[in-house]
Amino acid sequence: MRYLPLTPEDRTAMLNTIGAASVDDFYHDVPEVARLDGKIHDLPDHQGELAVERHLARLAAKNTTASEGPFFVGAGAYKHHVPASVDMIIQRSEFLTTYTPYQPEIAQGTLQTLFEFQTQVAEMTAMDVANASMYDGSTSCAEAAVMACRVTRRKKVVMSGGLHPHYAAATRLLCEAQGIEVIQLEHAIDGELELANHVDEETACVIGQSPNVFGTVTDLSPVADAAHEKKALLVSVFTEAVSLGLVTPPGEMGADIAVGEGQSIGNPLTFGGPYVGLFACTQKLVRQMPGRLCGETVDADGERGFVLTLSTREQHIRRDKATSNICTNSGLCALAFTAHMTLLGGKGFKQLAELNHEAACDLADALEAVPGVRVLTPRFFNEFAFETPVDAEAVLAMLDERGVIGGVRASRLMPADHMGNVIIAAATECTTQEDIAAYAAALKEVI
Amino acid sequence: MGMQSIGRPTAPVAANASLSETVSGSKGLQQREDLIFEVGAWDKTGVDLPTPKRNRDRLGGVTRGTDTSLPGLSEPEAVRHYMRLSQKNYAIDLGLFPLGSCTMKHNPRLNEKAARMPGFADIHPMQPQRTIQGALELIDELATWLKTLTGMPAVAMSPKAGAHGELCGMLAIRQALIARGEGETRKRVLVPASAHGTNPATAIQCGFIVDEIKADKRGRVDMAELRGKLETTDDIAGIMLTNPNTCGLFETDIKEIADLIHAAGGYFYCDGANFNAIVGRVRPGDLGVDAMHINLHKTFSTPHGGGGPGSGPTVLSDALAPFAPVPYVVKDEDGFRLVEDIEGEAAQAFGRMVAFHGQMGMFVRALTYMLSHGADGLKQVAEDAVLNANYIQSRLKGVMTPAFDGYCMHEALFSDEFTADGIETIDIAKALIDEGYHPMTMYFPLVVHGAMLIEPTETESKQELDRFCDALASVATKAAAGDASLKGAPHLAPKKRLDETRAARKPILKWTPPEPEAIAAE
Repeated sequence: MRYLPLTPEDRTAMLNTIGAASVDDFYHDVPEVARLDGKIHDLPDHQGELAVERHLARLAAKNTTASEGPFFVGAGAYKHHVPASVDMIIQRSEFLTTYTPYQPEIAQGTLQTLFEFQTQVAEMTAMDVANASMYDGSTSCAEAAVMACRVTRRKKVVMSGGLHPHYAAATRLLCEAQGIEVIQLEHAIDGELELANHVDEETACVIGQSPNVFGTVTDLSPVADAAHEKKALLVSVFTEAVSLGLVTPPGEMGADIAVGEGQSIGNPLTFGGPYVGLFACTQKLVRQMPGRLCGETVDADGERGFVLTLSTREQHIRRDKATSNICTNSGLCALAFTAHMTLLGGKGFKQLAELNHEAACDLADALEAVPGVRVLTPRFFNEFAFETPVDAEAVLAMLDERGVIGGVRASRLMPADHMGNVIIAAATECTTQEDIAAYAAALKEVI
Repeated sequence: MGMQSIGRPTAPVAANASLSETVSGSKGLQQREDLIFEVGAWDKTGVDLPTPKRNRDRLGGVTRGTDTSLPGLSEPEAVRHYMRLSQKNYAIDLGLFPLGSCTMKHNPRLNEKAARMPGFADIHPMQPQRTIQGALELIDELATWLKTLTGMPAVAMSPKAGAHGELCGMLAIRQALIARGEGETRKRVLVPASAHGTNPATAIQCGFIVDEIKADKRGRVDMAELRGKLETTDDIAGIMLTNPNTCGLFETDIKEIADLIHAAGGYFYCDGANFNAIVGRVRPGDLGVDAMHINLHKTFSTPHGGGGPGSGPTVLSDALAPFAPVPYVVKDEDGFRLVEDIEGEAAQAFGRMVAFHGQMGMFVRALTYMLSHGADGLKQVAEDAVLNANYIQSRLKGVMTPAFDGYCMHEALFSDEFTADGIETIDIAKALIDEGYHPMTMYFPLVVHGAMLIEPTETESKQELDRFCDALASVATKAAAGDASLKGAPHLAPKKRLDETRAARKPILKWTPPEPEAIAAE
């Protein structure tokens, strides 16, 4: 077996050193009824690289990739180009095969990249501080809600009608388990400001999203003002991190906590994970944050160095009094994020955002020119909702037959709602003029 | 003969002056590396993008007031930045990484290759199900392996890491209690004092109350105390127990514990962090477990990546299976399909934990690993992991103090009893760095004084183990003799001991530009 270095002779010699007759001695404490004597049935035996690679390649070949043809699916994960050097950097053994940096003297590589990551995320979101990542955007959102309840000592959370329904579900789950009341406003394409009318003295936070699940961008400042007036917090959510290059960031709108998905920067789609949750907040809330934080300090020689810090918030120190149960986060995805962002630079990041927006404007123009199509999203970044006279599920299936993967139907995300004819479509820097023309042509045929 | 030394081969020169400082701040191959904010520029880039047309927008004025001040680097500068930083990290690929309870085993490169196949890496979680049949088949195949290896009937695949798997299992228990009408009355969860911090933290996140059970002299659950806690009340929701436990020992009474918990009306959550010790030899399903997460990034070799991403599929018993979270994959006559909504067949699901379907990239790696080892190889994995740990325990028990008598499972636990006054576990750990190793897990589990928990895993050769044991034995001997040089360790690492107290007192969590006066003074 190619991953096992011990030889039969080694094993015998080691058993002799230990004074054991066989490895069975080590399993003496296992109750007899639970001991497996032979090998486990119903599973194949070991195989060489070639056979395994063929098996995986056969499964992979059954999937249609996002690069194969015109592709417009977004709704929380986005097809972007990742520079070749990013993947090379994250495959460096010293990053790939190391652990959480608990021994800072031999983990400065990981720690410095996390410090740079935190600084970049704080800068993008225009917030004071950011942590070293969460699992993904949806779990960041859930953690933000319970954090707001800790901070305000209140137990009510209000979610906008444009919050990604999966984020809303993850948030509802965690909140309800902790006895927190959750109010979900009615799904609306342009309804984020409605949050301002649903804050009272019992509200811990309101959760709004921009761009929201329908792609609508909204300045949440009036919501922040309404929340702060009642001493509640604004949690500002985004699922498309590239939007922050162009769209008003959470910090400029008065958000107290900003959370979002970082997949768009540096990370491939990979069917939904692993991704990287971004989590930022104001300075005064820092000690209530979940997750790991990297901080600057000095070593015994007085040289600058970095360490994990404020760990008294965390489960391995505080156990049942921790701010969260999170342990492993998304370290390597955060590295991909920070490396890609470093390659882009501020100007490149803004340019990337502009290209995304222009692609979406082109797409909207082309689809609006198809008779029967109505774009519903009033202000958007790189994603918008549109309506046709035909059921969206049928439209997407007919588009698929024509080689166009046209987006996500709203009814898949909001099954109980009356948006049966609505499709949410995204365009990015990967979208070509040919893709857009193919989409418009196919749509014209099917509606 | 290189061009640089034409006709002048170098030879060692006897010199008595040693160089301690350099102008560059580098130390030979250990190069100084500044922060990107100190060397990059806003308009510098390593990505060539087309120029935007900027002839219109549909943002409705919702635009950034101030551009970011993010620095950029060209590709050669960026590559060097990360390469230089990488050289300040220790990693499994450099040597033994004996962190107890973390299972730092070799990460096969075939896993990485498979995960990067476009058919896995370049598919979207919300694209039509017709176009992702291979992905759903892979999830189903991995689920079959996990169910078979654990002897459990169901598995929830979406949890993103071990602690998230714990959350999954405990929320399933919560939902089962609610379905029984006992959601409000059964709130108490028993957690051994030796448990990972995530266990009590998870129970609290789910709205439970934690009741700690002591360890007995053998490092196992104190059965007398457990019985006492179960007899007196009827508010037990369940128990969270790690097996093999964090002392590196199999819980001898585990079957009885399961029976007692079930008789008391509770459920048995097993923390599967240490599954590597028993995979192929013991099925948790045969022990009465109701839920257990599996760390794919431990037992099944997906890389730790400096702190994630992990993946924590959670196996469930028949009693808990109906409450599994959405989404999940089912197979029917038309192929594979996703169940995404809490209705119909999933009407009892406790909810949705994450945006999409779990850690697909980790699923591909884990399945690649399983297929490579096969059922026969996985059994050998457990046996070699346990053999290696016992070998270390055996070789070091003369110079260190084993925490408990008898054989261990996959990790060997020592207390600091053997050290001289003034020498602590942390000094031994830091001295090990000078010997070229990552330290063991220190001060955990909490039930052993100055704990040192060593898990070598099965991917170490006997030669590596011997080298490690020689090094640690030498450090331990110094510790027993009170050698003061240990207090200053590490001496040879990229950094000296770091001031964590200072970092926490006045946290600096991001780079800020130096004050203008400071620049002027330079």
